Amino acid sequence: MLPGLTARWQQIGNARLRHTGHTSLYARQMPLDPSFVGRSYPPTPAYLVGREKIREFAKAIGATDAAYHDPDAARALGYADVIAPPTFPTVVSFASNNAVVDDPDLAIDYSRVVHGDQRFQYTRPIVAGDELVGRQTIEEIISRGGHDFITTRTDITDSTGASVAIAWSKLVVRGEG
Amino acid sequence: MELPTKKYPVTRADLVRYAGASGDFNPIHWNERFATKVGLPGVIAHGMLTMALVGRAVTEWAGAPDAVLDFSVRFSRPVPVPDDESGTEIEVSAQVKSTTDEGHTVLAITAVCGGEKVLSQARATVRTSRLGK
Repeated sequence: MLPGLTARWQQIGNARLRHTGHTSLYARQMPLDPSFVGRSYPPTPAYLVGREKIREFAKAIGATDAAYHDPDAARALGYADVIAPPTFPTVVSFASNNAVVDDPDLAIDYSRVVHGDQRFQYTRPIVAGDELVGRQTIEEIISRGGHDFITTRTDITDSTGASVAIAWSKLVVRGEG
Repeated sequence: MELPTKKYPVTRADLVRYAGASGDFNPIHWNERFATKVGLPGVIAHGMLTMALVGRAVTEWAGAPDAVLDFSVRFSRPVPVPDDESGTEIEVSAQVKSTTDEGHTVLAITAVCGGEKVLSQARATVRTSRLGK
């Protein structure tokens, strides 16, 4: 049994595999190379966090706390502008993670990828006006039961270089068959 | 301590809105034809939308929008969203699991959809001066 994945997900993965087949240029037979652990990627271009983007994100998840919408409410908590809900760093880490997923040397077949785990560790909330940069590192590669598990870490920093949050994503790359 | 259960409806319109807000336009989250073709029961919710709704519950329990210090989930099962007015519903509950050396509270979270757990090992560490009040 694939840890953390239910039989239903495995069925889905198999069906996805049948559909997409070997269309990837990088379809491979071998497990992901664990020597890629520690590899890091160039920082993403700075992402300027807009007040309306935070409001849009908060609205999309139904988060009504005034600090997400009203700059005065956020200022009352000691922030310069509206703050973002806890999973907002995904806007930066999702884009940053493409560096790994698209790395031709690593050769992940994205048609086999399922999002396994996600973690965020926060130094402070993201605030409108932040200019955020993501730096991507491969932290772990495990092959087990014919599947690969790759954990990537995104260090998200502001324009002063100070840490804002760290995001970890574990992707499951399903094996053949 | 058991925290009050929260229920969040999720409709197709919510998925479209979340796709735009997050930048995740994977068609399995909005295109029935594509989702079915790749073997899904139909359009499914973004895992990160489920995590966002759990984050909403956590900040509401903590009583502060900036209370979350650490937050992790494992996506164990997909959340199918039917193409009708009511969609589906995600039910989020949590128990206080422990207190850290710094005095922060660790919550063990459960998220259920259609009677099945859709997350496993979901945890949040929060500053807790106002927890449950």
